[in-house]
Amino acid sequence: MFEHLTATLRGIGHRVIDRIWHLGAGARFFLHTLALSGESFRRLHLTIREIYFTGVLSMVIILVSALFVGMVLGLQGYNTLQKYGSADAIGVLVALSLVRELGPVVTALLFAGRAGTAITAEIGLMKATEQLSAMEMMAVSPIARVVAPRFWAGVFSMPLLSALFSMMGVFGGFLVAVPLIGIDNGAFWSQMQANVDWNVDIANGLIKSCVFGVACTIIALFEGYDAPPTAEGVSRATTRTVVNSSLAVLGLDFVLTSFMIS
Amino acid sequence: MDRTTLDLWVGIFVAVGMAAMLGLAMKVGNLTSSQIGETYSMTAAFENIGGLKARAPVKSAGVVVGRVDNIRFDDKNYEALVTINVGTPYHFPKDTIATIYTSGLLGEQYIGLEAGGDSAMLANGDKIAKTQDAVVLEKLISQFLYNKASENNSGDKK
Repeated sequence: MFEHLTATLRGIGHRVIDRIWHLGAGARFFLHTLALSGESFRRLHLTIREIYFTGVLSMVIILVSALFVGMVLGLQGYNTLQKYGSADAIGVLVALSLVRELGPVVTALLFAGRAGTAITAEIGLMKATEQLSAMEMMAVSPIARVVAPRFWAGVFSMPLLSALFSMMGVFGGFLVAVPLIGIDNGAFWSQMQANVDWNVDIANGLIKSCVFGVACTIIALFEGYDAPPTAEGVSRATTRTVVNSSLAVLGLDFVLTSFMIS
Repeated sequence: MDRTTLDLWVGIFVAVGMAAMLGLAMKVGNLTSSQIGETYSMTAAFENIGGLKARAPVKSAGVVVGRVDNIRFDDKNYEALVTINVGTPYHFPKDTIATIYTSGLLGEQYIGLEAGGDSAMLANGDKIAKTQDAVVLEKLISQFLYNKASENNSGDKK
């Protein structure tokens, strides 16, 4: 009985220490990446290649989901707003919810699923097939050659993807509100322009997406770099990337919003 | 995929992303309409500003000519002191009346400037002497009810 209790406590303690170790190693990995990121700007084609894989290839899923999110917002918003006789404000509702929250957050979640997993699996497999060790043998730092370009590509792509998402979502809302429901075209855009502020709403949305870009990319890179070099280890690391990125994005979103609203 | 095609795709991605940001700024946001250019400031004292907020528009004849800069409470006269920034191309006579209006029934509040007939113009730092407070809906309703009640009473006496 007593031994069982101590074993349980020891297990919990072990897991907590493991998590804290993970966090510390992740922070060190992040600083290391920043310190060695000079090469990803000097040899820009490395970074551009990664922008293609993380940014350009994520564009389709971002644009399609944004269109549907915008259309659903239009339908749901109209349903509620018309009860209060202010269906004209639908443009404001769609634009503000997209620019402030849904644009950065949903883009980051989709990015973690589409690009983050690919990064983790790629680096995990590079480690499993000892490509990273081979680089080290040739005195090439894998962080500078493999990790940093992917990091900057992710950080660069995220705000662009988020802006695309918001714009496409507004277009989706427009499609539902104006041709389908019959809201006045002028009222839709003018109310939106009167109530969406560039420095408050749009700039804050872009700041959010930059922060999410850093968080999602560094989590994906670290999980890949830290993965046990086995098939099972890589698959677990990929799962952890999605789980941790999603949690980090939602948590950071709350923190950032509370700073921006006040 | 060879490098040139890849560069092309990344270029397209960056261009489309930048265009989306520009579109957000121009089409969705109010980057273009909020810029009035150079401004000069004036103050106006109100007994009640209702729900007026900083950055609310200042309109004359329905056209936005400036913005509310800040609102503070004057504890000497117990009034609200509103500073407004008006674009330098626009000049208003000394006897201009500043009124707080509400756009629509439930819309945001703004300051309306109605020009008077004075030949001297308001300059930077001047105070607008003639002001009209915001209409407080509760006051209006209670006044209306009070009047109705007194009408009915006088009708009964006859």
